[in-house]
Order: sequence, then C-alpha cells, then structure tokens
Amino acid sequence: MILDLQNIFKDYQQDKLVVPVLKDVSLKVEEGEYVAIMGPSGSGKTTLMNIIGCLDRPTSGTYQLAGEDVLKCKDKDMSDLRLRSIGFVFQSFQLLARQSALENVALPLSYAGIKKKERKERAAQALERVGLGDRLTFKPTQLSGGQKQRVAIARAMVNNPKILLADEPTGALDSKSGEQIMELFQKLNEEGVTIVMITHDPKIASRAKRIVHIIDGIITEGDSEEAENE
Amino acid sequence: MLENIRLSLQGLWSHKMRSFLTMLGIIIGIAAIIAIVSTIKGTNEQIKENLIGSGDNTVNVQLYQGDNTYEIDYYGVPDGVPVITEETRQQILGLDHIENASLYTSRETYNAVYYLNTGMSGGKVCGIDRNYLNTCNYIIKQGRGFTDSDYKKFRKVAVLDESSAETLFQGADPIGKTIEIQREPFIVIGIIAKSSRFEPVINTIEEYYTYAESSSGAVYVPDTAWPLLFGYDEPQSLILKLDKVDNMTVAGKDAANILNAGLNVSDDTMKYKAADLLKQAEDIQKLSQSTNTMLIWIAGISLLVGGIGVMNIMLVSVTERTQEIGLKKAIGARKGKILGQFLTEAAVLTSLGGLIGVIVGIVLAEVISRVTSTLVSISVPASILAVVFSMAIGIIFGLLPSYKAANLNPIDALRHE
Repeated sequence: MILDLQNIFKDYQQDKLVVPVLKDVSLKVEEGEYVAIMGPSGSGKTTLMNIIGCLDRPTSGTYQLAGEDVLKCKDKDMSDLRLRSIGFVFQSFQLLARQSALENVALPLSYAGIKKKERKERAAQALERVGLGDRLTFKPTQLSGGQKQRVAIARAMVNNPKILLADEPTGALDSKSGEQIMELFQKLNEEGVTIVMITHDPKIASRAKRIVHIIDGIITEGDSEEAENE
Repeated sequence: MLENIRLSLQGLWSHKMRSFLTMLGIIIGIAAIIAIVSTIKGTNEQIKENLIGSGDNTVNVQLYQGDNTYEIDYYGVPDGVPVITEETRQQILGLDHIENASLYTSRETYNAVYYLNTGMSGGKVCGIDRNYLNTCNYIIKQGRGFTDSDYKKFRKVAVLDESSAETLFQGADPIGKTIEIQREPFIVIGIIAKSSRFEPVINTIEEYYTYAESSSGAVYVPDTAWPLLFGYDEPQSLILKLDKVDNMTVAGKDAANILNAGLNVSDDTMKYKAADLLKQAEDIQKLSQSTNTMLIWIAGISLLVGGIGVMNIMLVSVTERTQEIGLKKAIGARKGKILGQFLTEAAVLTSLGGLIGVIVGIVLAEVISRVTSTLVSISVPASILAVVFSMAIGIIFGLLPSYKAANLNPIDALRHE
C-alpha cells in the first residue's frame, strides 16, 4: 500500500465560520495504480491533493505514505517526504525561468544533497525519459507548453518518488500537447510509476485506470466507463 | 554554498541597476570610512616620523629631576649619582632590542665655544665615548673621527656637526683650526653628519614648534678630555640604538631601571628616564583622534541606511519570487535551504558593495593625499574588516526578509501571481 488515508476531515476557518471541506474521506492506493481524482471546483479535490502531497495537514484522520505516518512528522520531515516520496506536476509548470531545463530538473537532487556531477547525469537521464534529451540547455521561454510540462514531469521523477502527484496537468495545454502528456503518463505508469492525478475533465480522467469522484468533500468510487458516461 | 553564491551573483547580475543602487549606500559608507581611516593612519605615521625621524631608532636616557632633565649648569654635580661603569653599559647592552649603547656627558654652551671672534650662542658640548658616533648613525663628512690614541692621550681634539661648523667658520675649512672651549684650545679634526638626513614635514606653525629641533649645533670632544673642561664625575647620559622604533618605550624603560638601581640620592624625583618619543607621538595623535572618531560614526550612519536599503530590496525580491519559493518548498527544500539562499544573496550583495567601497575609499584617500599633500596610509586590516563588516550588514538586514521567505506557506506561495 502506497497511500492510505483514513477518515480525513479538513475544516477551514472563514471569519468566525467553520467551513468543512473534506468530510470523512478514506482512500487507498496500491503500488503501480493510476488514479484520477475527479470533481468540480469547490469539491475539495485541491485540498485533498495538498494533504496527499504533504503540503497541508488534515484537521483529523490518519494518513500513511509508504508505511510512514505522515501526520506525526514535523515540518522538516514533511519537507523530506515531499523531496523523496512525492513528485509534483502542476498545472502552470512552475519552472524557474532563468535556469535551463537541466538545472530545473536537477533542483530536487541538490536538496537531496547529491553531488553536482551525478545531479547532471541523473537530470539528463530524466529528461531523456520524457523525450527531451535534445533540449537540455534550453530555457523555459524557449520551450513550448507541452515541453515545459515534460520538463516538470522529469523534475518530478528525478528523485524516483513513490507517487507522481499531478494537479490538472493538461489544464494549461492545447488538446494536442495535452494528449501527448497523457500518453507520457500512460507510458510512465506502464513502467511501474504510481500516479495520482487531479482533474475536473472527464476525458482526462478516463485515461486513468481508476476514477475517484469527490463531491462536496465526500468520495465515491467509480470505474472509467462510468466517468465517461457522465 | 558555492552554488548559492553563484546563483546569487547570477540573480544580482540580472538586476544590474537595482543591485548597484542597493549597494550604493554600503559603497558610500565603506568608502568614507576607508578614506577617513587612511587619512588618520597617514597623519599618525607622519607625527611619529616627524618626532622620531626615519631609520634612526635611538633613545636618550637622561637624568631627570621631576619632569625636567637635571640642570648641572645651575645645581652642580649631584650627590649619590655614580659614574656609570663599563660593566653597567655591558649589562644594558645585554637587554632585549638594544643593538648599541653609548655614554656621554653634555653641557649647554652659552658663549663657551669660540673660533677667533665668532662665538656659538647656543648649542651644546658633548663628551662622548668611543661608540657614540656609531650608535647615533653619524658619518665623518670631512677629516677624521676620534681614534683610540685621542682617548688614551687625553688629546684636546674636537669634532663639529654641520650646524656648529657653519656657525663658527661660515664656509671656511675648519679642519686643523683651533677653537676655544671653556678657554681651552681644541683642534678641529672632523665634521660629522647624520647618515640619513631627515626633514620633518611641517605644514603649520604649531608643527614647527613641535618638531623643529634647535639648529644651533653641537661640538664633540672625547669623554677622556671632558674633565679638562668640566668635572670628571658629572652625570652621564645614555644613548641607545634599537632594532625597531616600536621597542623604544620598553627598551628605554629597561635601561633606565638598571641605571636607577645604582642611584643613591635623597631626592626621589631624581631618576634616569628615557625620552619617550613614542608616547609623545601618541599624545599628539590622541588630540586629533576624537574629531576623526566622530567622522567614522557619521560614515557608520550611512552604512545603517545602506543596510535598511538592502532589507527593503530583499523584501521586494522575496515578494517577487514568492512562486519560486513556493515551488522550492513544495519539491522538498527545507526552511534552512530557503533561508540560506536569501541570506547568501544579501551577504553577496553587501560584500560586493563593501569591496567596491574599499576600492573607492582607497582612490579617495589617494586623491585627498594629492590635493592636501598630507600622507595617507592604507590599512590592510581595516580594508578586510570593512568587507567582513559589510557582509555582516547583509546577513543582519537580510535576516528578516529571508526568514519571511523561509516561512512562506507553499500552498499560498504557489498560488501567488
């Protein structure tokens, strides 16, 4: 079991009002799975992603990531969990504009304390893996949207994380490059990478092997076909 | 760390104008301090050099009564002041830092020296031992110095310095001529001069009174001939040649202590004392010090303002790069990494400012030196300290912005536009 969330509640304080966002969410993800978490905006899917990504803590509940009790971790250990166990892919790529593709991908390796030479080698390999072996020295401004997202995926993969966590990975892309990214995800999943993807787009969600719906902070499971029928 | 510095420099370079303007406060502050310190150091060295002379390294140890040298012309030979023996001189020679030591007796002359009808109105007559001319770095300019037989045979021969030769002979050749000292005839055998001439730099009338020696000259005779003129048991003075100017105070004191141990006088203010030119120089230096200290404080305010400028620009930088910080934290950078990155950036910025400030300060000091024709002296430790201090300013004023960056919530930071 890679992910095991049990009875997660999350409330937000808005002025004097307590707004419940997640209401008793439980979710398990096995190794090698490809899960889409689907829901409309305001459903709590981003909050859920932040909790899965160790960026936020739930109000109550338990969360085990690869056997480790995340909620007992200190902030510092949460950083290390994000570094080693989670690979983030964001809608807006979040690349450092002044640095080359290679430097962007090597960034998490530097936080892991890896030597410069090895960083370069591993970053180059990761870029190779996403099909950008010939764009190592390009700056983000010289790359297309699809290519930028590939760089971001390479960065997410470079530390060999337990799961790849993608938040609307095709949200800022045209349909053609979006399709290419989805193909890349599929390929990575076939290679054994566990993927959790958050989206509101049923078409994108249908590419996953398993779909989880979240509406008003409550989770319902369904398979791909159901999602497509909606 | 090196990586951080490289990235910081890259970042600063990409905002050249902003970085330069931010550094300006630091540059001005450091440049002002370096220029002031260099000028002070130059002035102090000038004072020291004026008083002590260049490369002379000699100290006089004389008998004092109270704060003044003992006036033998008025009070006669004092009781309980023994003649200094060769053993005592050897003992003094054995002290640290002392390269040579000579004994001499001296008297102010007041119309005691004549050549024909020309008299010397001031100046002094000195009875000197065999080492004296050597100890004082005198060279024979003309004629010869005293020989062993001059001493042994109590010959009535005299050596003049350039000033007394000029006063008595007014350009005529003095060698072989007979002069009169205390109504005794002495034959002039040589003219001596300092091996290295030193002219103090004098810019004001005060400095003239402080540094200019009386130029009335001296007449030297062998100390064995001294009793023919004055008493044989007169208090002697000691002149020491030292390895270094800086050891003047300590060696002078040590030698005076040895001489004082042999004294047996009723008046306990009567003592051998070394003429401490170093201390005298320091006293003069202290007078000018207080105004300069104030200038340094004023320059320090500029550094403070510069530091606040750095803090301001760093806060802007943190806001600008909120997303970058959010991303870095999301992909696993610990707080310490972010803190380190921004602190390094601030420190690099101000260190660079400090470095430029030192260079500008040195140039400024040179310009001041040229314009006012005073000596300036660049202090290497002060320059290094200035750069280190600038770095410290960067770290201190970078702390708040860096702390703010490190504590950003990654979720909010990523969403920041």
